Amino acid sequence: MARPSSDRPAPDADPRRGFLAKLAAIACGGLATLTPLAAGLWAFLDPLGRRSAAARFVPVAELAAIPADGLPRRFPVVTDRKDAWTGYAAEPVGAVWLRRETGSDVVQALSATCPHAGCSVEMAAGGTCFRCPCHNSEFTFGGGIVAPSPSPRPMDALDCRVDKDGGVAVQWQVFLAGIADKVAKR
Amino acid sequence: MKPGTPPRRGPLGRLADFLDDRTGWRGLVHEALFERVPGGARWRYVWGSTLVFAFMTQVITGLFLWASYAPSAQTAWESVYYIQHEMTGGWLLRGIHHFMAQAMVVLLALHLLQVVIDGAYKAPREVNFWLGLVLMILVLGMALTGYLLPWDQKGYWATIVATNLAGIVPVVGPSLQQVIVGGSEYGHHTLTRFFALHAGFLPATLVLFLVVHLALFRKHGLHAKQPITRPDAMFWPDQVLKDAVAMLAVMAVVLGVILVPAVRTMLAGGAVDWGHVGAELGAPADPAESYAAARPEWYFLFLFQFLKVFEGWGATGEFLGAIVVPGLIMGVMFLMPIIGNWRLGHRFNVAFTLAILAGAGLLTALALNEDYCSLWIDKTTLADAEKLHNETGGDEQKIAAALGNDPAKIAAMRKQLAKLEAWRNSHAFLAASSRAKVEAERAVELAGRPERIPPTGALDLVRRDPLLRGPKLFGLLDGKDCASCHAHVDPAAADAAGKFAVASAANLHGFGTAAWVRGLFDPARVAGPEYFGNTAHKDGDMVAYVRDEMTDREKWKPDEIEAVTMALAAEAGLPDPSATAAQLERGRALIAAGDRCGACHEFGGNGTGLGAAPDLTGWAGRDWLVGIIADPTHERFYGDSNDRMPAFQKAMPREQIEILADWLRGDWYRAADARGAAAE
Repeated sequence: MARPSSDRPAPDADPRRGFLAKLAAIACGGLATLTPLAAGLWAFLDPLGRRSAAARFVPVAELAAIPADGLPRRFPVVTDRKDAWTGYAAEPVGAVWLRRETGSDVVQALSATCPHAGCSVEMAAGGTCFRCPCHNSEFTFGGGIVAPSPSPRPMDALDCRVDKDGGVAVQWQVFLAGIADKVAKR
Repeated sequence: MKPGTPPRRGPLGRLADFLDDRTGWRGLVHEALFERVPGGARWRYVWGSTLVFAFMTQVITGLFLWASYAPSAQTAWESVYYIQHEMTGGWLLRGIHHFMAQAMVVLLALHLLQVVIDGAYKAPREVNFWLGLVLMILVLGMALTGYLLPWDQKGYWATIVATNLAGIVPVVGPSLQQVIVGGSEYGHHTLTRFFALHAGFLPATLVLFLVVHLALFRKHGLHAKQPITRPDAMFWPDQVLKDAVAMLAVMAVVLGVILVPAVRTMLAGGAVDWGHVGAELGAPADPAESYAAARPEWYFLFLFQFLKVFEGWGATGEFLGAIVVPGLIMGVMFLMPIIGNWRLGHRFNVAFTLAILAGAGLLTALALNEDYCSLWIDKTTLADAEKLHNETGGDEQKIAAALGNDPAKIAAMRKQLAKLEAWRNSHAFLAASSRAKVEAERAVELAGRPERIPPTGALDLVRRDPLLRGPKLFGLLDGKDCASCHAHVDPAAADAAGKFAVASAANLHGFGTAAWVRGLFDPARVAGPEYFGNTAHKDGDMVAYVRDEMTDREKWKPDEIEAVTMALAAEAGLPDPSATAAQLERGRALIAAGDRCGACHEFGGNGTGLGAAPDLTGWAGRDWLVGIIADPTHERFYGDSNDRMPAFQKAMPREQIEILADWLRGDWYRAADARGAAAE
């Protein structure tokens, strides 16, 4: 038996040969490797084809629960929610600030989601305006920007209707944060 | 700059030079590509490269699957369902991962075979051979752990078997099992652990071993097939081309396995449901629902079959079959480089490897034969054996007596009886397999409801589904529970009469429909076994009324009987589409009337009161059915005249009674209906 040897053969002096063979090797190897990569990317980009739930009116409060004193009240938005394969029945999905002027039956609804970066807008400590705890954006009770503000636009108003039994429903929708225009998420 | 590299002047060339000065990449590439292949490139050297390629494919597809997979008992099946049936291209991604895993096992066997036959395990390559064996065990470990991750019935039950086998290892077995399973029960931590093993520990270890394996391969150079008759060639591009073609061929085979059934459907003019293309997804894992079709993946079938050799040896047999013998075989394989030093050692190694592979092949064939033999055994040739078996109950002495104690006949009959048993086992396996398919389909249909899967998971959905659960609660599969008295068979079915004859209570197929009520009002059928014939009510007031009064055309005109029939079906909430409003109103009036049904039956406050006969208010509706199943002796139903029917409220949770009622009424989710409703 030959002695064990781990000597490597000397490298070839002239590697430039078989251009077609090289091309074919790259083509076959590339195609084989790109197939799983393409399948993976196809599935990975699946979210691009998905849309958020269509905007719909969600009952949020009774008219009687919103005192006609010009001060906003916060109400949770509870509705069915779908998360990929799971369906949740009646889950809190967000919140709205509802307000009506003294003696008025007209309800103003503002999404509690800050148009700057998506945090939840709260009542400022003094109770005279809205304030976002993340970056200190301040808004009037009407939703307008209190300058200077990091927020590019006023708070997002939501369509709101009051039915004859005094039930208040808002058209729940989420808008893109951080831009000056109010654009609904796809 | 290395000698032999032509000077470059373009911007790319200068960038390449810049990087080469700082990394020496040209040297590395040169070293990687320009390796001498003694005797020229050969197809037999491609197996190692195809394995590396298969592993890379698994890493790529695995990472993308990881991006959508959620390992927990309530989300594993659900997320795999979502990948397979709802994500764009998810079926292709999962299909490639699933079938490439199987291709990898085949490639492993081929690589091992080539290395052993060529004697590539001998000095100085012993260590690399051992590393290869470790890599093989790691790949098989990844196959085993991956099988569980979809958390469907087949993966779940196969894993229970595999982990129980780990539990019989002496001393450490039970603790080992508990650590792998993540507790004594299978659940969240079984999945998180198997996932961490499958996608973390095992592949990371594999990469470490693979790097050393490849480095040693390069150190020793390719083990050339002797004798060398052709001039040497370079690894690049000669061998690389062959490797690349082989890789592409492997990928083509995998794609073929995934796509051929879909292409066939397309060519036949059918519409392809892409969610059903590629890897299977069974029904969600259910610890309460045994799974007779449980089998390991095909490449582990030989081990499964091998264990049967030790049947009857108890725990010792399992220990021998699952651990000692496979351990000894692995031991011999690890010793091959040393055995190979002996004069006949190499021949022994080749023979041993071929014998193991042939044995595994034979065991696999045996396992498949046991499962599928009823497809090719002609059962009519076993009629005598079946008759004798049924007559004697399989009693040896009785069989011998029936054959006149003729040893030749007894021996021949034994063979026939064994064949009959094989047929029966195979038949039961195939039945369980097709039932599993139906359940898997149904689980997918339920998961696709517009309401989606509840947060409690798809198993909850399956368990509450009247279509899947109803027949089981009714006892339709084993003739127990409701089915121990009631038939549930379409009167038009071929075997209906036989099933009615052995039932001791009414046939509940189509209960509440107009067709069922028509049979009840048929004087020829009401006292038959299909209705009251085998009950204490055979000679009761209802039977007498149908036979004597309802046949009296002075009293009951046929259109009146039809109106009552329609009204009762409407009461059940199963209205006949041909019923008119006027007909229903007339029927209701007749039911309530004191000189008709209302003489005995309470109906919508007609003043008859309860006790004399079952309440017809909401007859056969969901509440009514739930009520009678819960307690037939309640005065709303049969009261004191109840005939043997138990009050199931004691034996069955209310929820199960409701599922039974829904099933009897045919009230379950249908995807086609939902699609129709959405279209409107």
